[in-house]
Amino acid sequence: MLQNYLPILVFIVIALGMGTVMILAGSIIGPRRPDAEKLSPYECGFEAFEDSRMKFDVRYYLVAILFIIFDLEIAFLFPWAVVLDEIGTFGFLAMMAFLAVLVIGFIYEWKKGALEWE
Amino acid sequence: MPFVTPEFLPALPEILLAVMACLVLLVDLYFGRRHPSWVFLLAQASLVLCALLCIALYPEEPTTTFNGTFRSDGMSAVLKVFMILVTYFVLFYSKFYLDVRDLFKGEYFVLSLFAVLGMMILVSAASLLTLYLGLELMALCLYALVALNRESSMASEAAMKYFVLGALASGTLLYGMSLLYGVTGSLELDRIREYQSVGGEIDIILVLGLVFIVVGVAFKLGAAPFHMWVPDVYEGAPTSVTLFVGTAPKIAAFGMLMRLLVDGLAGVQGDWIEMLTILSVLSMAVGNIIAIAQTNLKRMLAYSTIAHVGFLLLGIIAGTRAGYAASMFYVIVYALMGLGAFGMIIVLGSKGFESDRLDDFRGLNERSPWLAFLVLVLMLSMAGVPPFVGFWAKWSVLREVVAADQVWLATVAVVLAVIGLFYYLRVVRLVYFEEGQEAAPLVCGTDVKVMISTNALAILALGVYPSALLALCVTALG
Amino acid sequence: MLSLPHFLGLGAILFCLSVAGIFLNRKNVIILLMAIELLLLSVNMNFIAFSHFHGDLAGQIFVFFILTVAAAEAAIGLAILVVLFRSRQTINVDDLNTMKG
Repeated sequence: MLQNYLPILVFIVIALGMGTVMILAGSIIGPRRPDAEKLSPYECGFEAFEDSRMKFDVRYYLVAILFIIFDLEIAFLFPWAVVLDEIGTFGFLAMMAFLAVLVIGFIYEWKKGALEWE
Repeated sequence: MPFVTPEFLPALPEILLAVMACLVLLVDLYFGRRHPSWVFLLAQASLVLCALLCIALYPEEPTTTFNGTFRSDGMSAVLKVFMILVTYFVLFYSKFYLDVRDLFKGEYFVLSLFAVLGMMILVSAASLLTLYLGLELMALCLYALVALNRESSMASEAAMKYFVLGALASGTLLYGMSLLYGVTGSLELDRIREYQSVGGEIDIILVLGLVFIVVGVAFKLGAAPFHMWVPDVYEGAPTSVTLFVGTAPKIAAFGMLMRLLVDGLAGVQGDWIEMLTILSVLSMAVGNIIAIAQTNLKRMLAYSTIAHVGFLLLGIIAGTRAGYAASMFYVIVYALMGLGAFGMIIVLGSKGFESDRLDDFRGLNERSPWLAFLVLVLMLSMAGVPPFVGFWAKWSVLREVVAADQVWLATVAVVLAVIGLFYYLRVVRLVYFEEGQEAAPLVCGTDVKVMISTNALAILALGVYPSALLALCVTALG
Repeated sequence: MLSLPHFLGLGAILFCLSVAGIFLNRKNVIILLMAIELLLLSVNMNFIAFSHFHGDLAGQIFVFFILTVAAAEAAIGLAILVVLFRSRQTINVDDLNTMKG
């Protein structure tokens, strides 16, 4: 029973190892030239510590609108991925068609300049 | 459960339209600036192609595909062809409207195509899931269309109201669907119907679900007492969008009503007939009486729509095949008449002049006798005066109601129709017997005039020879 | 042990709350959008409960679709809200009253 979870254990070990190696490598070989901007806390263009009921730019709404659509479509990929070997080529192509429609939407928003901040 | 590759043929028109709508979007993106008319022509071509495909694939036998979620039968095919036809006219008028006001945007046509796709899926739904998805695809496109003119504060207010009440309607409908699913354990309309015929004793939860579903559909149809969004949306939206919202989606809503109540909930017919009777009487009363007080033609036609929805429900209340066919005839005729009436507002308007007040129609006969004659045809047909087709539509539903032994309902309907005569005739009086204040020039081209004339003359021709369309509706319902 | 009526009761309470939210709220259009979202989630609660107790997956698939449609709906709602705010500098529900009759 428990040995079913062995792959997960292996996965966790590898993930931890990778993470540690990355951080260590960064801190050992990366150049370090701190200045005031780099050391200040940063959160998506907001001050990290201030009144949370402030007004913010209406352009964030646009980002939120675009994000929420593409974010939730991913939900369809999970059940598809689980049964991919049972539904064969047709299932694969069906999902590709779905993603193609999403890509068209993405091209649209890109060309319209919705992803530009200025 | 084994995985079966579905049969695509019955859904080919929808697939074609989906592909074409994406293509139109891309064409607009890359060539829209230099060749704005390409988008329009391509959109019209896709509609024509799609309609031809619907006719070519007319199903002799009802076929169900995509794991019992999509059905193609006579009713869906006929409704689809008429929805596409109506949209073809709508886009034609829209192009004129948008061109004159410098509002021309490729997105308008893309959204219209996707809305039509939603309607087609809606009338072909064989499961609650496809029904919901079709409905939402249609509704979301319509919300965006209403808000398309970003400069107009009235349009954005209308869009907000439409959105909130539309979402409330979908939520109510969904809640009803969840109860149906809970009772019957299936999303397929056929299985839901079989459950009722086997059960004998009808579950009280099923009736509760039915109540929610009827409320949701009534919201979408704009039947009183769930009509509060209709006048505001009709008045606030750009006229070309009002034209669209008032015509093709009504056909789709009829399809939805048939799918849900007749295909899915035939076992509780007695219950929904009672509910629809209340909706129908209220709609006819509210629509016909409040319309008298209006000074804005778009708002007046909005109340007239509510009244027409009441009449349309009469055929379904009759509860027979012939009654459904009469309702189908009514909704198609109504869509054609609405197309003409709102189209006329567009034709008479120009830049900075909507021509949507009743006073703007004053003395139209002096400005253009031919257009004045077309207004006469459209208004008398909407009022239900013989020999115009609106009369035959009212007559056919009333006949079925009487055949179903609901004589009192037919009497009420006739009385309210006579009250309704008043405000249609007022428009005719303004056009023919009142002095016009100033002559606003007509800017529409010959092509638009040909379109509106075809539209109104079709109503005249159908009035002389209504039996072909009525027979088509009867055969389509099988 | 939780049974089906518990979940349905929760769904019904959420549904009523959101409908009340839509009709009683007179302040802010954003609250309307939140109420609409809650409405759809209450339906999801129903579908998942029924799906679990029927042992039928179709209900859960429906929930997936409702979630994505709700996202699209929220996106359109926010977009209309932004347009509305740009044209009148307010999102107060009481100010949505220019058309009457």
